[in-house]
Amino acid sequence: MADRLTPYRVLLASRVRSQVTYGRSFALDVLGSASVGIVEFAEVYIIFANVDALGGLDFAGVAMVFALANLAFALADLAVGHLDQLPTYLRTGTLDAFLLRPLPVLAQLVTSDISLRRLGRAAVALAILGIVLPLNDIDWTGARIALLFVAPLAGAAIFAALFVIAGAVQFWLVEGAEFTAAFTYGGSYAASFPASVFAVPMRVLFTFVVPAAFVAYLPTLVLLDQPGPGGLPQWLGWCAPLAAAGIWLVAVLGWRAGLRHYTGAGS
Amino acid sequence: MIISVKDLRREFVVRTPTGRLRRSRIIVHAVDGLSFDIAPGSSVGYIGANGAGKSTTIKMLTGILVPTSGTVRTCGLHPVRGRRALARRIGVVFGQRSQLWWDLPLRQSYRTLAAIHRLPAKEWSARQAELVERLDLASFLDTPVRQLSLGQRIRGEIAAALLHSPELLILDEPTIGLDVLSKERLRVFLAEQRVAHGTTLLLTTHDMDDVQRLCDRILVVDHGRLAYDGSLPGLVARVGAARVLTLDLNKPSPPLTGIRFTRLVDVEPDGLRQRLAFSPHETTAAAVLAEVGKRTDVRDLTIEEPDIEDVVRRLYLASPPPPR
Amino acid sequence: MFANGFRRWATYRGAMAAGAFTNTIFGLIRAYITVGAIGAAGGTLAGYDAKAGITYAFLAQALIAPVNIFTWNEFALRVRTGDVAVDLARPVDPQLAYLASDLGRAAYSIIPRGLPPMLVGGVVFGLAMPTAATPYLLGAISLLLAVMVSFACRWLANLAAFWLLDLRGVMMIYVLASGLLSGHLLPVHWFPSWLAAIANATPFPSIIQTPIDIVTGRAEGVDALALIGVQLGWLVVALIAGRLVFAAGTRKLVVQGG
Repeated sequence: MADRLTPYRVLLASRVRSQVTYGRSFALDVLGSASVGIVEFAEVYIIFANVDALGGLDFAGVAMVFALANLAFALADLAVGHLDQLPTYLRTGTLDAFLLRPLPVLAQLVTSDISLRRLGRAAVALAILGIVLPLNDIDWTGARIALLFVAPLAGAAIFAALFVIAGAVQFWLVEGAEFTAAFTYGGSYAASFPASVFAVPMRVLFTFVVPAAFVAYLPTLVLLDQPGPGGLPQWLGWCAPLAAAGIWLVAVLGWRAGLRHYTGAGS
Repeated sequence: MIISVKDLRREFVVRTPTGRLRRSRIIVHAVDGLSFDIAPGSSVGYIGANGAGKSTTIKMLTGILVPTSGTVRTCGLHPVRGRRALARRIGVVFGQRSQLWWDLPLRQSYRTLAAIHRLPAKEWSARQAELVERLDLASFLDTPVRQLSLGQRIRGEIAAALLHSPELLILDEPTIGLDVLSKERLRVFLAEQRVAHGTTLLLTTHDMDDVQRLCDRILVVDHGRLAYDGSLPGLVARVGAARVLTLDLNKPSPPLTGIRFTRLVDVEPDGLRQRLAFSPHETTAAAVLAEVGKRTDVRDLTIEEPDIEDVVRRLYLASPPPPR
Repeated sequence: MFANGFRRWATYRGAMAAGAFTNTIFGLIRAYITVGAIGAAGGTLAGYDAKAGITYAFLAQALIAPVNIFTWNEFALRVRTGDVAVDLARPVDPQLAYLASDLGRAAYSIIPRGLPPMLVGGVVFGLAMPTAATPYLLGAISLLLAVMVSFACRWLANLAAFWLLDLRGVMMIYVLASGLLSGHLLPVHWFPSWLAAIANATPFPSIIQTPIDIVTGRAEGVDALALIGVQLGWLVVALIAGRLVFAAGTRKLVVQGG
């Protein structure tokens, strides 16, 4: 198994090396990514400078939703954020080079790049999480502790699947990046706030179509032992991994279809 | 047969704007009923004018493109369905596009490829040493690929394609843009590899010299169809393509007509430069030069080879395609 | 150059549609968040009721494309590659030329990017837009000024290319600052006083907050004119600063051979 992973390890290692060698520039990038996280949190802060609750959660609760969502998105963006740049790979003939190697194309695409600078945003999210976690009145059971670790990972998987779908769409729509951004970045935005603020149609869209609510809000409901809004019972918070598996199934099928379209339609 | 192609067809739908709002659909038959077989160990030149369907055929042979109809088998495998198994057994070099990692040194690229092909350490380091020596890569093995010259990059790509000792090597315009010396060295190398390892060679090119030096069989493709399948002398004879000898004379001379097997193509007004065309299967440049030397003094000369476009055009005119 | 800018962007039909779609989705999300906050505040927050909040969210999204608060580094790239020499050799003033082109781009994108979010917002929620004509007239003027202020600021940011090799840091700070302080995410009127003070010390609120305040009628009559005055002031300052910095930059370029 380790042997099978070696080529991916070698590919990623060289990308990591090339990013880290430019120390000052890399530090600047990480700082920039962290700044994005801070400015986004400013939105939550500003709202709570005016009110005491949003969507049924207090500041500590909303901050937790925000932090979990941002952490998940930063991790996904780090690993596969480059996937929505598929047209570049098509144009440079890199995808053809992938087809000529004895490895799955998607795996090669995923390991072809890594955005280490997103660690800045991840760090900010972790910091916020670390601060607000004790502020919340959580009854810690073994299951809840496990959920705390599983949720960001499942959330990252969900966002990663969305990036794969965004890439696959661009086999058909070359200008598609602007369109899919509505679901990748829009999904990230929707996941950062309690889904209870949405009216039912939007809630359904961002829970059962784009599983944004599973990333942070629903697990938070479980952790805080709060009831969910209409249509979203609390126990769904345990189903984040299921949601991740579901969206990944869609992503893999979509990717295969896109690749078939590419080799069938020519370039 | 290492490559087996039967009635292969590939269409493209091209949408071109006609007028301001509408777009019409044109169907381009890039490959239009190709059939040929290639035996293991042979060396085949695949030539044709631009847009004749060469690259499209290569893409279908290697699994990058699906045929519209017809069958293609490479190394006995269905190229698309058996893509990964096939990738282990063939090496492909595109002259115009790189398959190496742009910001990595060659050495790293080879290490990565060895990992991708799961080559045992001893095996591939020996192979790499052989390739480095034969292709003279040592001086730039640690330079990032993007800093290499075209000639260096091509040599690096060929080594990359041969690292896993494939049975079949496909080269798409490998010598394009290279200087004469580099081209010659590359040809010598490829011929050696063939002898040493029995690698089958399929080469698309615009350069007749490539074909002459490397290939024992030529496939000429024109408008997606096979216009000729045989040897180079046979092709030249068939179309009567001529080599042209341009002679710069020491003093003005009367037109050099009537030399056996030659045709006077052009005489400059001052008589100092004259051009003679001859068929290579009827006589040689040396023989023509000897005859000319009997009549006048030659100061300098150049030889033009028949160019691909000319050969193909003549071929097309000689035997028009069957009606669709 | 206006027509050129217009025509260049007219070819990006697909991108326009996609951008409008994204704006609409973000508008919907922001509208719900805004309503949630207003509801939690007891139905009104800093003078915004639910309808006003929703209208704000959609207007902000509708304006994103025309005022283009996000990255623009076309000129910086030209400085870096040396193409700027062509701009300097032309008889047309570069700052004004790019301004005209930007106005063309803005004019083109107003309807395709601005209308869809407003329509969706209107259909899904119903928007609180004034019925009189004055807010729209003044709003149009304000929007024009907003586009120009935005350009002047982006122009200044691009000029850093004369001195810095890598503009990523500058651009990042610009996008973050303009994104937050312009009122694009949340109305500046909701900011805690210290943050509002910072925002008002920058030209950014003039880019989004001000035109929205005027066109929704939140600021009327003298107040509206005062806001327009502020926009004008920032425009003049930014343009002049742009010219001064540009002169310094080209001086450096000529002296050092760029």
